[in-house]
Amino acid sequence: MKEVVINPITRLEGHGKIVIVLDDAGNCVKGYLQIPELRGFEKFAVGRHAEDMPQITPRICGVCPTAHHMASTKTLDDLYKVEPPEPAKKIREMVYNIFMFEDHALHFYILAGPDFIVGPKAPKEERNVVGVIKKVGVEVGLRVIQTRKKLRKLIEMIAGKIVHPVFGLPGGISRPLTEEAVETAKKVSDEAVDFALFTYKVFKDVVLSNKEYVDLITSNAYTHQTYYMGLVDNKNRVNFYDGKIRIVSPRGVEYAKFDAHNYLEYIAEHVEPWTYIKFPYLRKIGWKGFIDGEDSGIMSVAPLARLNAADGMATPKAQEAYEEMYETLGGKPVHHTLANHWARVIEIIYAAERFRELAYDPDIASKNIRNLPTATPDVGIGVVEAPRGTLIHHYETDENGVIKKANLLVATQHNAARIALSIDKAARSLIRNGEINEGLLNMVEMAFRAYDPCHACGTHSLPGNMPLKIYIYNTEGQLLKTIDRT
Amino acid sequence: MSQDFEPRIVVFACNWCSYAALDLAGTSRMKYPPNFLVIRVMCSGRVDPQFILEAFRRGADGVLVAGCHPGDCHYIEGNIKALRRMTLLKKVLKEFGIEEERFRLEWISASEADKFVRVANEMLEEIKRLGPLRIEEAYQHG
Amino acid sequence: MDKPKIALYWCASCGGCEEAVVDLAEKILDVVNLVDIVFWPVAMDYKIEDVEKLPDGSITASFINGGIRLSEHEHVVKLLRRKSKLVIAYGACSAWGGVPGLANLYSREEIMRYVYHEAPTVENPEKIRPELKTKVEEKITLELPEFLPRLLPLDLVVDVDYYIPGCPPTPDVTWKAIETLLSGNLPPKGSVLGALDKSLCYECPLNDTKPEKVLIKEVKRPHEVIADPSKCLLTQGLVCLGPVTRGGCGALCIKAAMPCTGCFGPLDEVIDYGGKAISYFASIVDYTSEEEIEKALGKILDPMGVFYRYSLPASRLRGKIMLVER
Ligand code: SF4
Ligand code: SF4
Ligand code: SF4
Ligand code: FES
Repeated sequence: MKEVVINPITRLEGHGKIVIVLDDAGNCVKGYLQIPELRGFEKFAVGRHAEDMPQITPRICGVCPTAHHMASTKTLDDLYKVEPPEPAKKIREMVYNIFMFEDHALHFYILAGPDFIVGPKAPKEERNVVGVIKKVGVEVGLRVIQTRKKLRKLIEMIAGKIVHPVFGLPGGISRPLTEEAVETAKKVSDEAVDFALFTYKVFKDVVLSNKEYVDLITSNAYTHQTYYMGLVDNKNRVNFYDGKIRIVSPRGVEYAKFDAHNYLEYIAEHVEPWTYIKFPYLRKIGWKGFIDGEDSGIMSVAPLARLNAADGMATPKAQEAYEEMYETLGGKPVHHTLANHWARVIEIIYAAERFRELAYDPDIASKNIRNLPTATPDVGIGVVEAPRGTLIHHYETDENGVIKKANLLVATQHNAARIALSIDKAARSLIRNGEINEGLLNMVEMAFRAYDPCHACGTHSLPGNMPLKIYIYNTEGQLLKTIDRT
Repeated sequence: MSQDFEPRIVVFACNWCSYAALDLAGTSRMKYPPNFLVIRVMCSGRVDPQFILEAFRRGADGVLVAGCHPGDCHYIEGNIKALRRMTLLKKVLKEFGIEEERFRLEWISASEADKFVRVANEMLEEIKRLGPLRIEEAYQHG
Repeated sequence: MDKPKIALYWCASCGGCEEAVVDLAEKILDVVNLVDIVFWPVAMDYKIEDVEKLPDGSITASFINGGIRLSEHEHVVKLLRRKSKLVIAYGACSAWGGVPGLANLYSREEIMRYVYHEAPTVENPEKIRPELKTKVEEKITLELPEFLPRLLPLDLVVDVDYYIPGCPPTPDVTWKAIETLLSGNLPPKGSVLGALDKSLCYECPLNDTKPEKVLIKEVKRPHEVIADPSKCLLTQGLVCLGPVTRGGCGALCIKAAMPCTGCFGPLDEVIDYGGKAISYFASIVDYTSEEEIEKALGKILDPMGVFYRYSLPASRLRGKIMLVER
């Protein structure tokens, strides 16, 4: 028995580790993704004023604080049974789409970009953001940085803070938009749509026109048949901010569609002793171990899962791109992990288009932004689609709105089992008879990154390569060889 | 509980009344236990909640804040401020896991030596029953 | 002359502090020109082993964010302390424990039990829990770092030279702190860098509307009111901690009509932020009778979450005193 430890991404040092176990024939028997990270938010939420949760839970993740802030705020609406006025909902949804756009765009250009824009086989010195800029031009690089800055500034103007927003309250938001914010939103949303379409063009020119990449996307090593989950609107179209949770089977058939209130009927979590992360799965099917297929309860979330779980996009350009993707990849659902990048670009278009729709909606300037709660609080459940997938908050309080119990299902968790599958599969296809192929490192890395995992809920890494280290042990636990790709 | 546990109790006593009461207790040979470390302050309104937290931090098993009766404060409202602060502090101490018997705010005028002795004896007895706070050990405890 | 060597590290961090560094945007290039970054796990490929190889004291400054929650964090920060001339606590978590420090209200056992056994989604009949060592195959043992009994701020684990406040520190504050450090004109050890030495009220746009002496009759929880964004929030009954919080953020929350929750921490001379906040806030409740005071302050059902939101592990009592066998 051999043990292969991939102490993966520097950025995850101390926050993530992959271990692959080989049998005596040198074939992979199991892959482990270890997440050494626990802070206990669900427990110390107990005793807090419920209305503070939209500011407490974002501290789970400073990369997607807006997702937690929004899930939490919506949970408070539900807890206090108070509907926000229409304008408040629109402002929230607008902020949410700005955030999704910004987060996705950054991922595409800075994180995933190097793999695709520069190319998976390019020398590693070039497989980073500098390489991306070389390929697409300095103006584009600057445009990415400036767009990010403008969008973040706009969120700050409306939500108070960019890292850890504060504006969400049960029944609406804390204050109306200033005139300046309204004007800025319009202007920036036009730029966002342009930028989104431009990004799609880059993706098509660089990735789709290159057969090698397309083959890579569809290659078996990156393919798993799992269930897919995402929020949909009343026409089954993707929605980040609100809707029903829909799950489709590996064959693309609707398996369930439910209100977030019923999440406990559908989702359960499995515990393993070797990691601090829990593995959600479909309760009715059960935990069958780290295997894919229709009989396994493993599901996945994030862009591709969202698109698979929906019937289309609610905005025109995004819908076009949606159709194009499924046409090219041979219909729904798409099981190729790497198609997440494609799906992410489609979502960038949607987020920008939706942002613009809302920015030009006169309601955005309305002063009617809050309904005061009057009901006695009891239970609240809220859901949003975080960039990395479905995010569920669930609080129970006493009659004074003090938390008695909290449960949080975070996006990356939903993908944890599938990521483990990816590691496993990449290892199985690339480790033969004890021969560790250098390509493994790349494959694992790319499979891993496609999910944009946020285990420590950490920031996006800057370089295009994740330094990987593999330790190979023999049956007696002696170190035979290390491979260090740095 | 351990029989030989001798609690350490810190008293913040207002100079104008409570401290005078303590003095009186001494001069009139009323007996009060030796477990009390008395800190004289000009007014109970000068007692910052931070002082009390610091006292517990440094090993006090109990803290008593004593001031003039409402209306008698030499700085007019100092004791009312103390009342407001200690009301909130009590809630916080509870959350810190410090039993309520370990902290008291009392109005003790210059002539109420007997009241001081009574309060002191009560506190002592209750804290003996609770046992030491053992802050340092509590930190080690998972 | 060699450029100063800088290390950045994260412990029990949300990543927001790292994001805040990235939000320096173009300025980050200036920083990169002025210093050599020798260790930054989030963004660069240097390993702990590389740090171990450096001579002691050869790193000019280590910026550390996040509280100390796992054995691994403790290990790395001790290493960085040895290798660095200056250790800087970056952000509220590192300086005082931050929001995850509220976990100190519960024991490790309570946290583990809830997360892995009791949470409503968990299906775990065999009561499995993450273990420090798990034998997964005959000869293969997987290891996890230990979840420590308490979350600790950095300065309870290693000696800290400076603090940069905020959750997270704003790019502006970060930049000012960097300028101070690069100026060579180092302030006294223990100083807070980049922020003001006055309270938040000082820079708050609503300060003009705040009377000399604030008194309130009713305490309001944020969800109960629609705050007037043009009037001091404290006078509206909201628990705004501006008066006891260090200024420097630019009054971000206040501009969104939300009260300051204190993420920039205490001013100099304060030994317990929550204690100070309690002292200030209670004293402005405009009642004299015990019952009325009790009633008004009774609105605050979670004094820990309100007054110690970012600083429980740095409080005099560090967190809840767990029941030791007495
Ligand atoms: S201080 Fe705030 S932003 Fe920084 S790591 Fe802690 S929670 Fe995140
Ligand atoms: S109390 Fe708050 S709102 Fe009022 S002036 Fe100070 S910081 Fe501003
Ligand atoms: S207003 Fe207070 S809580 Fe908000 S950012 Fe500033 S210091 Fe932090
Ligand atoms: S002078 Fe005695 S309490 Fe103020």
